[in-house]
Amino acid sequence: MKIKVNGQDYEITVEPGRTLLDILRYELRLTGTKEGCGTGSCGSCTVLLDGEAVNSCLVFAIEVEGKEITTIEGLSQQGKLHPLQQAFIDEGAVQCGFCTPGVILTAKAFLDSNPHPTELEIRQAIAGNLCRCTGYDKIVRAIMSATNS
Amino acid sequence: MAKYSVVGKRVPRIDALNKVTGTAVYSGDVILPDMLYGKVLRNPHTHAIIQRLDVTKAQALEGVKAVITASDVPGYQSRSPLLLAEMPHLAQEKVTYAGQPVAVVAATSIEIAEKAVDLIEVEYEELPPILDVLESMKPETPPIYPDLYTNFIASPPSDEDSTPSNIAYHMVINRGDLEAGFKEADLILENTFRTQPVHHGYLEPFAAVASVDMGGKVIVWTQSQGVFTARQMIAAFLDLPASRVNLVPVEIGGAFGGKSFLALAPLCALLALKTGRPVRMEMSRDEVIKAARPAPGSVTTIKMGVTKEGYITAASISLIYDAGGFPEMSHTMFARGNTLSHYKIPNLKIEAFDVLTNKVPVTYYRAPGTPQNHFAVESQMDLIARVLDMDPLQLRIQNIAVEGDTAPSGEILPKVGYKETLERMAEYLKEKGSLQGDDQGRGVACGFWHGATVTFGAYVHINIDGSVTLVVGVTDVSGSRTSIAQIVAEEFGIPMESVSVVVGDTDTAPWASPSVGSQTIYSLSQAVYRACQDAKEQLRHLAAARFEVEASGFEFANGRLIFQGDAEKSIAIGSLARYSISFRGAGPVVGRGSIGGLPPAPSVAVHAADVEIDKETGKVKVLSYAVAQDVGLAVNPLSVEGQIQGAVTQGIGWALMEGYQFDQGKVQNDTLLDYRMPTATDVPMIDALLVEVGSDSGIYGIRHVGEPPIVGALAAIANAIQSATGVRIKELPMTPEAILNGLKEQNKS
Ligand code: FES
Ligand code: FES
Repeated sequence: MKIKVNGQDYEITVEPGRTLLDILRYELRLTGTKEGCGTGSCGSCTVLLDGEAVNSCLVFAIEVEGKEITTIEGLSQQGKLHPLQQAFIDEGAVQCGFCTPGVILTAKAFLDSNPHPTELEIRQAIAGNLCRCTGYDKIVRAIMSATNS
Repeated sequence: MAKYSVVGKRVPRIDALNKVTGTAVYSGDVILPDMLYGKVLRNPHTHAIIQRLDVTKAQALEGVKAVITASDVPGYQSRSPLLLAEMPHLAQEKVTYAGQPVAVVAATSIEIAEKAVDLIEVEYEELPPILDVLESMKPETPPIYPDLYTNFIASPPSDEDSTPSNIAYHMVINRGDLEAGFKEADLILENTFRTQPVHHGYLEPFAAVASVDMGGKVIVWTQSQGVFTARQMIAAFLDLPASRVNLVPVEIGGAFGGKSFLALAPLCALLALKTGRPVRMEMSRDEVIKAARPAPGSVTTIKMGVTKEGYITAASISLIYDAGGFPEMSHTMFARGNTLSHYKIPNLKIEAFDVLTNKVPVTYYRAPGTPQNHFAVESQMDLIARVLDMDPLQLRIQNIAVEGDTAPSGEILPKVGYKETLERMAEYLKEKGSLQGDDQGRGVACGFWHGATVTFGAYVHINIDGSVTLVVGVTDVSGSRTSIAQIVAEEFGIPMESVSVVVGDTDTAPWASPSVGSQTIYSLSQAVYRACQDAKEQLRHLAAARFEVEASGFEFANGRLIFQGDAEKSIAIGSLARYSISFRGAGPVVGRGSIGGLPPAPSVAVHAADVEIDKETGKVKVLSYAVAQDVGLAVNPLSVEGQIQGAVTQGIGWALMEGYQFDQGKVQNDTLLDYRMPTATDVPMIDALLVEVGSDSGIYGIRHVGEPPIVGALAAIANAIQSATGVRIKELPMTPEAILNGLKEQNKS
């Protein structure tokens, strides 16, 4: 099957039952996408599928034929960090970093549809992304500050 | 603090760039050519004897390269009795909890490995499980391990009368005259509090990759809080000298104490050794919850006596920790230094037990055993304040221990900031004003943490371009790389960008204790500081020889040495480093620092939670939350605040929603849907009020930071719930159901 990830086309053979997460991590070696649960409950495997945030552990690889996928590796453009990435660094929103790719991509999809959210809207938007290190405080602040930049 | 130019500044973490771009490498991201996949067979019973274990069918499956059971473990054959830490990796004759590993397979694909695991035949003879700690402690209850004696694990004590017991560890402290103390009291309260096992909830499940090089050295990539202790454990398991094992540090996706336990690495290393090929193993989330050590549940009974003016005259406390099916980790050990230690109590008794049951064994979680005991102590303080009609902070302030007081452990308190921290919170709450809304309430509580004692080494290399490379052996679980880079930058007067921090593998880095006990910055900073001083002294001598002046006259500023402010007698550290490695030079400048166990720098975090209760549903909403904590000196306030906010959120989860649910000893809520942890909508912004009463022993006054802020959270929330509803809950988690039940009871009476 053909698959487009971070603007690049790939041709791969996929065994049935393989998830998009498996393909990204183990076939394409894009290991920035993480697996925290494998059952859709933690958000650490979040990627963008045609601009929408999805849990890649719940998507079968064969479902994404012809769609565009963005992973954390594809978020910065020409060596320049996305404002969300920069804000996460500056605001101290990154600790262990395991949730970080998923949270940033969820936030990206959310801000694309709602560029000036309230704190509560941000919290609701990332409620599917667990973070065990930060207590969310600095993550929420980072997303807010990215809306201003 | 204006005293320093880099230390004390809010700086972004140096590891953040790799993490926001997805390039940081965690255990599960290591991919080697020709890799095999390992899978564990886990026992389904809570308590059973292994009658027969037959792996022949699994072995015969195409693609299977190795099947290993306890009888194949070199370390199990060579020594007896075994160290406790070596035993839990593969069950021998008996299984003592559901989920215990029985065999492990390596195959060419994960699917084949899973199929092979299903082909292993095991016959068990089930035994009646022991599930309740109080039951298990009774002398008439049969011991889970026939050769386990209290405090003398696996070898009988010399005392002839002693009998095997399910009490793995026991500790008692007596001080003063308890009976007389209670007589002096005008009010005596006694209560029992219960908590369930909870999980650390690190987002990254366990993973390991191992390979063997041509020389027979075993190389292991795994997320461990202590690569050197991990190396020792793996070497013992393989029965190899430690020098034949190299642990390579990787990023750790959250640990909180849970990743000192090696869930997979020894098995993975043995599979690599047996097959001669690299092997990768990963745990699924349900395996993590079921078998990767949670924190223990507890039953705590506290009795406290006070005068009518609110001075504590006596207290006794009994702490019982549910150790689960293996006597791996003693929480009793931590109870000694962390129970009733922050108050002045002239007469007291502290007693603690680790008791075995047929449930998943436990390990340390952020301030081991201490949130559990503070749930009891700080709830009790609140109940006393209510009866005496006293301000709960005032009650604590007037009983708080100060410098020179003797802690229950016998230790004389060094300089501490407990009182200053309480006063800071009092001031903050005064400014904030009281809550106005219906069904709203505020709760305060203290959280004390004594700190552990560990050892570290550090090397500092001065590079010819004037940059400095720092090499340590401690994995970064809390932002430690950034903080120690700040210290190096401070000491040489160079920008942060000129410092690189390398966490070496166990072959190249100096020894490091595991990153536990809130010790890392506190102790490691000393080793790093000493390595900097060593390198600076060498540089001073090189400069002194060059300018023919006294070495002691040189100061460091902006990456240069200057002799008594004389711009003529000034040279860049990079120039000195360059000359030193030329063939006429004195040799490279390498600073070496090492630190033995420092005296602890205990601290208190004071919590204040404002909550609102929906009386229809019983749901608790945390409206706002603040923690004042004496951090001594915050090397990186951004990082310190992050530690506090994360710890509080774990505490809120523990208080309100988290907890293992067992059915006959088997974990029922083994997904993240059923084991619910706080999301962004469950917590508010968390105010971190940093108090800086410097410690005497930490460099720059640094204290332990990471653990104190979880300790007080459980009681702070319980106290707030009582303020809002009048309902006192003594068992965690305080679910909506528990609150509705409490409200119902209240209506009855
Ligand atoms: S790994 Fe996909 S949601 Fe957790
Ligand atoms: S930073 Fe560790 S889980 Fe979010």
